[in-house]
Amino acid sequence: MNLPYTVIFEKRTEDYPKWLPALTSLASVVIAFIISGIVLKFIGGDPIRVLKFFFNATFGSWAVFSDTMVKATPLILVGLACAVAFKMKLWNIGAEGQFYMGAFFSSLVVLVPMVNLETTPKFIVIALMVIMGMIGGAIWGFIPGFLKAKYQVNEIIITLMLNYVALYWNNFWIFDKWSDAGFQMTPQFEKVAWLPRLSDLAKEYRAFSGITLHLGVVFGIVAAIIIWWILERSHWGYEIKLIGDNPKAARYAGLNITKNLVLVMMLSGALAGLAGMSEISGVVHRLQERISPGYGFTGIIVAWLAKLNPFAVIIVSILFGALIIAGRQIQPSGIANLLQGIILFMVISSDVLLRYKIRIIRVEQEA
Amino acid sequence: MTSPPPPNAVEMKDIVIRFPGVLANDHVNLTLKHGEIHALLGENGAGKSTLMSALAGLYKPTSGIMRVHGEIVDFNSPKDAIAKGIGMVYQHFMLVPTQTVTENILLGLNEPRFFMDLPKYDQKIRDLQDQFGLRVDPTMKIWQLSVGEQQRVEILKTLYRGADVLIMDEPTAVLAPQEIDDLMETMRSMTKQGKSIIFISHKLNEVTAVADRLTVLRKGVATAEGMDIEGLTGEKLAELMVGRKVIFRVEKKEQEPGDIVLDLKDISAQNNKGVQALNKLSLKVREGEILGIAGVAGNGQSELAEVITGMRACEGTILINGEDVANQEPSAAIARGVAHIPEDRTGVGSAPNMTITENTIMKNYRDTPIGNKWSINFTEARNHARSLKEAYDILAPNVRTMARKLSGGNLQKVILAREITTDPKLMVAMQPTRGLDVGAIESIQRLLLAQREEGTAILLISEELEELLTLSDRIAVLHEGKVMGIVDTENADVKEIGLMMTGTQRSEG
Ligand SMILES: Nc1ncnc2c1ncn2[C@@H]1O[C@H](COP(=O)(O)OP(=O)(O)OP(=O)(O)O)[C@@H](O)[C@H]1O
Ligand SMILES: [Mg+2]
Repeated sequence: MNLPYTVIFEKRTEDYPKWLPALTSLASVVIAFIISGIVLKFIGGDPIRVLKFFFNATFGSWAVFSDTMVKATPLILVGLACAVAFKMKLWNIGAEGQFYMGAFFSSLVVLVPMVNLETTPKFIVIALMVIMGMIGGAIWGFIPGFLKAKYQVNEIIITLMLNYVALYWNNFWIFDKWSDAGFQMTPQFEKVAWLPRLSDLAKEYRAFSGITLHLGVVFGIVAAIIIWWILERSHWGYEIKLIGDNPKAARYAGLNITKNLVLVMMLSGALAGLAGMSEISGVVHRLQERISPGYGFTGIIVAWLAKLNPFAVIIVSILFGALIIAGRQIQPSGIANLLQGIILFMVISSDVLLRYKIRIIRVEQEA
Repeated sequence: MTSPPPPNAVEMKDIVIRFPGVLANDHVNLTLKHGEIHALLGENGAGKSTLMSALAGLYKPTSGIMRVHGEIVDFNSPKDAIAKGIGMVYQHFMLVPTQTVTENILLGLNEPRFFMDLPKYDQKIRDLQDQFGLRVDPTMKIWQLSVGEQQRVEILKTLYRGADVLIMDEPTAVLAPQEIDDLMETMRSMTKQGKSIIFISHKLNEVTAVADRLTVLRKGVATAEGMDIEGLTGEKLAELMVGRKVIFRVEKKEQEPGDIVLDLKDISAQNNKGVQALNKLSLKVREGEILGIAGVAGNGQSELAEVITGMRACEGTILINGEDVANQEPSAAIARGVAHIPEDRTGVGSAPNMTITENTIMKNYRDTPIGNKWSINFTEARNHARSLKEAYDILAPNVRTMARKLSGGNLQKVILAREITTDPKLMVAMQPTRGLDVGAIESIQRLLLAQREEGTAILLISEELEELLTLSDRIAVLHEGKVMGIVDTENADVKEIGLMMTGTQRSEG
């Protein structure tokens, strides 16, 4: 049988419209939900109920939405960390390790302790923890940056290996030095080292009781604005993009590539380190094993799905935060993972639409 | 009984190719007869590469019909075009530097499948070379080859895939004069053996030497379709291309050069392969003077430009207005007012995925009014880019167009515009008019002379002796990294320069 129509893929000769990536990303999320629904139906579930449950569990009330945002917070910061490095085509896959080092360094403020925790005001303790967390992450970014700049060592391998070093370094301290009665965690931090939460205001505003959203989300949003400004407006952002696009041209234009390489890795590390700080000070309130369920790696996916746009990083992080929350509540929890996998798959394949036009044409009936 | 004449190799009818904001081809017809060399000419951005990319399967025409050997074709990819025997040699080579010639030629083919019996294929390729006179050792790695040899590999690649229609996009722009002669010999031998060739060029003498007929494009429209080469004059051609008469003359004013700006003393340097490229070379360039550097390609010209601009390490001293900048980063040279028009405009001179605006501010994004203390004022940057686009006649829909979408010549203009507006003390210009059409060459030459009048010291490296003779005050001839002699252009003897280029030291007196 000859179909009267045929579908052809045509390479785009023109630029795609600016809104198209956003549209295709959105459409792929929707399609991913539909496909998951079909799969669910197939294995005997009730997709509509699961979908309702998904929304109720993640966006259904202020309380659950706050949980979603709490999960999104580290993803925003780590996603930004990856986006900055990827802009320069620096493949930092060590955000996980930088996250742990940020957590470790900011913990030092409490565990050493670096200041008198009884007398020092809260905002100073927190500020110090922020700075220490960023320093910790930055050091962990500096090492691969420096090795690449000085000895052309591949950053992918170094950042990957440093992830393990950071993990075991943390373990050493929490098992051996600061263990809380033999548990794999330090004692709980003093309240002064906790990031303020909305529930702290419950006395004045009843509505906030039980809302666990903490100041870390503000760090995430402010960081996104700053990173956007750096990339789109500043000299430095121009340099980062130029080096990313054509390092030879950048050198020719007089840029110092070595310096920028190290600086961008440090900035990337500092953002991931801040995520680590925000997580222990805002959520866990102690240093312990497995503070991250792989945020550093999810951050790579987040940055990629957001097409390295800082504001899109926020939106994608919220979606992924929701998936994490839903994964804890929907049984079997594999459903959320399934959804996550399908979304990723869809978004990546939707890239085809950015590079090709699809045309449906009428086949001429041959006489 | 006589057999019917073979159908035309290619017929393109009513081809329209539209990009957003640009009508690159406007109802163009082109007929390539079997066994002919057909020249395709036109100003920068006239639509030559675009038309040929459609024939090679890279773009799909908006409308129009293409026939290959009489059969209507509709290509969706370069693969389809190759299957119909159409091969294109792009100006930018696509070879893997670390692999051998043979490996590069076999790359992407179905055969050999699992087993690489390289010597067998080396022999096959040698046979192909003998057939067409394309000398290059099949066992050499690409990075060891000169640009001319790499081009031969590209041609062999298309021939090996069975191409009988060859498209060559400005093949001579990267070649030295001797290599150009060899290429033309190869082209003739190919047509004798039944191949048909489309040849893009900006040079009248090349076209008259080798082509049978020509097609001229002007702003996407064909102003001559398959015209006979016989009796074609430079003026006629210029009129077809530009639509008005072009005066092939630029006036150089008499002027006394000023103080020494660039002073090179005993410069030695190695090339990428670690072989000595500059050998104790010394030169001086003064304010308001153009020093031309002549020589056969590969005698140290590229390295000389790179050493001065800080892109390559060297021994010796490089004084710019008295300060030594040898072995410092390019930023040191830029800070002292050195502008650089690099040889490789896509690899070094521009960032392909950035806009025209972003490409024009590469050297001044920190200077007011474009740069503030920390940030870039993009409104100012766009205005700057717009004024350059206007002044240098850069053909593009707008300044947000990405550099990779510009035609070869227009990209060259972006680079030139950027470098000239930095108001340099010293300009190192390597092949500044390469790939430009006659009109653009003339205006660039005028601009260089205007710079000279403003007192800029200019080091002009070119393989075109004629260009050197029109623009330079003095000409230094390079051979194997040494200066064979320096002559005043006024009483220069072309024969003597030719001798020096082949290694004869100038006898004083
Ligand atoms: N991918 C593209 N997207 C948008 N515009 C394009 C694209 N490719 C080419 N153009 C535009 O089409 C026009 C014709 O370009 P083309 O490269 O064919 O010129 P050309 O005749 O080869 O010029 P040159 O001699 O400078 O190489 C130019 O204005 C160019 O900017
Ligand atoms: Mg071209």
